[in-house]
Amino acid sequence: MSTHGGTPLLAARELYKSYGRAEALRGASVELAEGEILALTGASGSGKSTLLHCLAGIVRPDDGAVVYDRRRVDRMSEDERSLLRRTEFGVVFQFAQLIPELTVLDNVSLPLLLAGASRPDAHAKAGEWLERFGALGQVTARPGQLSGGQAQRVALARALATGARIVFADEPTGALDSLAAEQTMTALVHAARETGTAVVLVTHDAQVAAYADREVQLRDGKVVGAPGFAPVSASASVSASASASASEEERA
Amino acid sequence: MSTRHIVLGLLAAGPSHGYDLKRRHDERFPQARPLAYGQVYTTLQRLVRDGLAEVDGTDADGGPERTRYRATDKGSVELAQWLGEITPPAPFVTNEIFAKVVVATLVAASGESADPAAYLREQRAAHMARMRELTALKTAPGTDLATVLSADYALNHLDADLRWMNTTAGRLAALTEEINTA
Repeated sequence: MSTHGGTPLLAARELYKSYGRAEALRGASVELAEGEILALTGASGSGKSTLLHCLAGIVRPDDGAVVYDRRRVDRMSEDERSLLRRTEFGVVFQFAQLIPELTVLDNVSLPLLLAGASRPDAHAKAGEWLERFGALGQVTARPGQLSGGQAQRVALARALATGARIVFADEPTGALDSLAAEQTMTALVHAARETGTAVVLVTHDAQVAAYADREVQLRDGKVVGAPGFAPVSASASVSASASASASEEERA
Repeated sequence: MSTRHIVLGLLAAGPSHGYDLKRRHDERFPQARPLAYGQVYTTLQRLVRDGLAEVDGTDADGGPERTRYRATDKGSVELAQWLGEITPPAPFVTNEIFAKVVVATLVAASGESADPAAYLREQRAAHMARMRELTALKTAPGTDLATVLSADYALNHLDADLRWMNTTAGRLAALTEEINTA
């Protein structure tokens, strides 16, 4: 289901990551197919954000491999990963993190200029993306003048404008009310479908996860119920008692 | 759920035939079970019997003769009263998922074959699948607001179940322990 039998666009294999003594990832594996919208869900501290950060090349795992388009993201230098995030990956966080001094149009144009586009081309393309996200009315506004939902749609336009093949969104609706969340998610999903962009979405909200094609649930740094992983992680935190795991065998 | 009040409400827009009432019901409540024509007919008969609606006339339009109904004043009063009445929040907690988890935990604690954790995982997956369907339905371009409202209602209730299932999955070990030490 995840890759339709082909090579995944992005794959994490057996990732481990600790922050000090806290183990955020303990052997998490996940695959993302071309154009797939994947939700990573789980409780606070389950490792979902850390997994996204490893996939997006924001942090480097302690162990395991992240393979994007046959390249080892986990072995790239900081410069290489930074280039990847400017060109082929788009990243959106809970708060839009737009540059306050720049207009909306310039915010979206910036990654295009960094990638070498001329100013008129960058503006034209940024305008197209802002229109797609219903934010054309705010091109001359500064980020401070936007509502949370508007700012988030501008951040999504910025993430997609470079022609990114994968957008990583970490709790993109976490600071929005339900209607603004709905508008933001609908805009993201429609844009991703139209352009064939894959999306990795981290959320603790099932209603947001329901926009994705597939859900991967994390618990204690591992994937719940994934093929080959079920015996390891399935009932690990549910019950340490022998009775629960024993009856699981019987049921299968 | 009161079909009679819904039909009375649909009649408030003006006199209608049974067929029009059914059609408008299905339009306004798109994810509900469609109202059977027979049910509309019996509901109208009862409304007439109770003096809440009356026959307004008949139309033929070249086809079979159709009876037109309208609400009476008494019907309008009854409708207004129903619309203003508070629905009491459910006094009892009864739900099949809840019952299965409790019973599965009891059965598992007694050493018989039952796996509440696996049940919760599978039930959760089924809920997520339905939530994906409803989300796709409500966000499809050109979806009418009646469908959006009804999908929202269903999504929020599924989400509530799902949150309960997540919390309960985290409490199963403690629940099993409590049963074992009781």
